[in-house]
Amino acid sequence: MTSNLQQSVQTDNVFHTENVNIYYGDFLAVKEVNLDVPKNAITAFIGPSGCGKSTVLRCFNRLNDLIKSFHLDGKILYHGQDLYAPEIDAVEVRRQIGMVFQQPNPFPKSIYDNIAFGPRLLGYKGDMDELVERSLKRGALWEDVKDKLKAMGTDISGGQQQRLCIARAIAVQPEVILMDEPCAALDPISTLKIEDLMQELKEDYTLVIVTHNMQQASRASDYTAFFNVQANEKGQRTGFIEEYDRTESIFQSPKKKATQEYVSGRFG
Amino acid sequence: MTSQEFPASLAKGRSLERAVTSKTIFSNVMTGLVFACALLALIPLFALLFYVISKGAVRLSPQLFTQLPPPPFPRDSPQFSSGGFGNAIVGTFMTVGLGSLISIPFGIFAAIYLSEFARDTKFANGINFFTNVLSGVPSIVMGVFAYSLIVLATRSYSAMAAGFALAVLMLPTIVRTSAEALEAVPSNLRQASVGLGASSYQTVLKVILPAAIPAIVTGIILAIARAAGETAPIIFTALFSNFWNWDPWRPTATLSVLVYNFAITPFANWQELAWAASLVLITLVLFANVLARWIIRKR
Ligand SMILES: Nc1ncnc2c1ncn2[C@@H]1O[C@H](COP(=O)(O)OP(=O)(O)OP(=O)(O)O)[C@@H](O)[C@H]1O
Ligand SMILES: [Mg+2]
Repeated sequence: MTSNLQQSVQTDNVFHTENVNIYYGDFLAVKEVNLDVPKNAITAFIGPSGCGKSTVLRCFNRLNDLIKSFHLDGKILYHGQDLYAPEIDAVEVRRQIGMVFQQPNPFPKSIYDNIAFGPRLLGYKGDMDELVERSLKRGALWEDVKDKLKAMGTDISGGQQQRLCIARAIAVQPEVILMDEPCAALDPISTLKIEDLMQELKEDYTLVIVTHNMQQASRASDYTAFFNVQANEKGQRTGFIEEYDRTESIFQSPKKKATQEYVSGRFG
Repeated sequence: MTSQEFPASLAKGRSLERAVTSKTIFSNVMTGLVFACALLALIPLFALLFYVISKGAVRLSPQLFTQLPPPPFPRDSPQFSSGGFGNAIVGTFMTVGLGSLISIPFGIFAAIYLSEFARDTKFANGINFFTNVLSGVPSIVMGVFAYSLIVLATRSYSAMAAGFALAVLMLPTIVRTSAEALEAVPSNLRQASVGLGASSYQTVLKVILPAAIPAIVTGIILAIARAAGETAPIIFTALFSNFWNWDPWRPTATLSVLVYNFAITPFANWQELAWAASLVLITLVLFANVLARWIIRKR
């Protein structure tokens, strides 16, 4: 499977994983993840609930470090560098690899301070006003909030909050933005706005998104990994990647029967 | 699971109309009873307020805050209504201020450590346990502790010793309310901050602490209000003084000890001062509570 992937997914990869197994304590949550995430493209993770999409996504910026029981084996390479090597500083990793969560989570601070948060952490010395404006424009939120930058980031609509969170992630100019079901709490119009935004963003960034929305995956992504889940004798449900390919192939000519069933909505 | 495992519907098909049954009567009677008890509970508070105000208000005047306690005068003396307890007000602020200065930083740092860095560890649970024990220790014991530790060592009663005793007294409240406030900050803010590349201490300082500050301040105010009225640990640490004192290492008058000292004397002008001091003390505590409420409300 890996070899055929390397043909279909072209060179320039941001992430490359080798036989990654992810555990929460003794529980093997996801097994044998072999995946290449190409640069300047949108890679989507789809699959049934509990199959480990979020788990894998959060490994890419070491956010799972916050969970005590978490550990993994195998390798996750970021531009050839092992993210879990002892000399790697997880804080630096998260600065280059940003994250947008399923639930919008703006800080209870002003819109301005939300955006300025990351740059200030990095000791940004340039024109902050300009950076805030640029990030908000990039996050397609500028028109909505340009007159109320002092308003609380928590006092705007859910869709606006999510775009604020995207703009906040962009403000530090990371290389990769991970998005875990970024539209799950949003209405169709906000969802479309964010999808358009993702298309623009991929020119400068590499995006990995988790989505339960098949249309979203097929419209918005370039590559799709279909995760599936399998129970072992003890009843533990371990996720794995059933199929990973260009999005057209996954949706139009999947090689696995399970993929075919899932993308056509006849899963389970 | 199939629907057959459920019993016949419990909810569907019931009448929506109000019915007078023994149950509703019982419920009404209970409501009335609970209301009456709530009123009864308020009676002591209002009686106390009324009593203190009626006794203390006669002496209320600006000179209370600027003058020193007078010697005892008989009721027919022209100087009967002279004097005040400015030094005791200063002393109360000084002892409580010293106590706050010691306990607030300690308390907040301990709370940060317990809730952010050591949550659910054995060590943190142990500290929590001892904090709870500490909060149950009678305040007079704190006084003995400060007495033997500071008064004996420095060979002098002092505001500092009282501040120390009050700090130990305030510490459990501050640790507990601060830790609760920090833990109540939603974890998705923590994740947002960490996800943006903040280190754990940056996350605490820039996200968690600001979000928890109103609740922490409220806890601190309540701890201060309680400390201001404490008498037992002050009597043999700060002792008392009939003079102005600005030196934290010297004996100091406080409102609570003044009330204690003057109320039990046979001198009518001192007794009146004790009532006035009670009124001032209650007003301060009440004001602190209102302030705390206001901060909670504003959140
Ligand atoms: N913090 C955790 N501790 C223990 N187990 C966890 C933890 N987080 C997730 N898991 C388990 O890991 C497995 C994968 O969870 P994950 O959240 O990655 O699934 P998902 O594919 O994102 O599901 P969904 O689509 O519902 O978001 C599940 O069995 C879940 O119960
Ligand atoms: Mg998930």
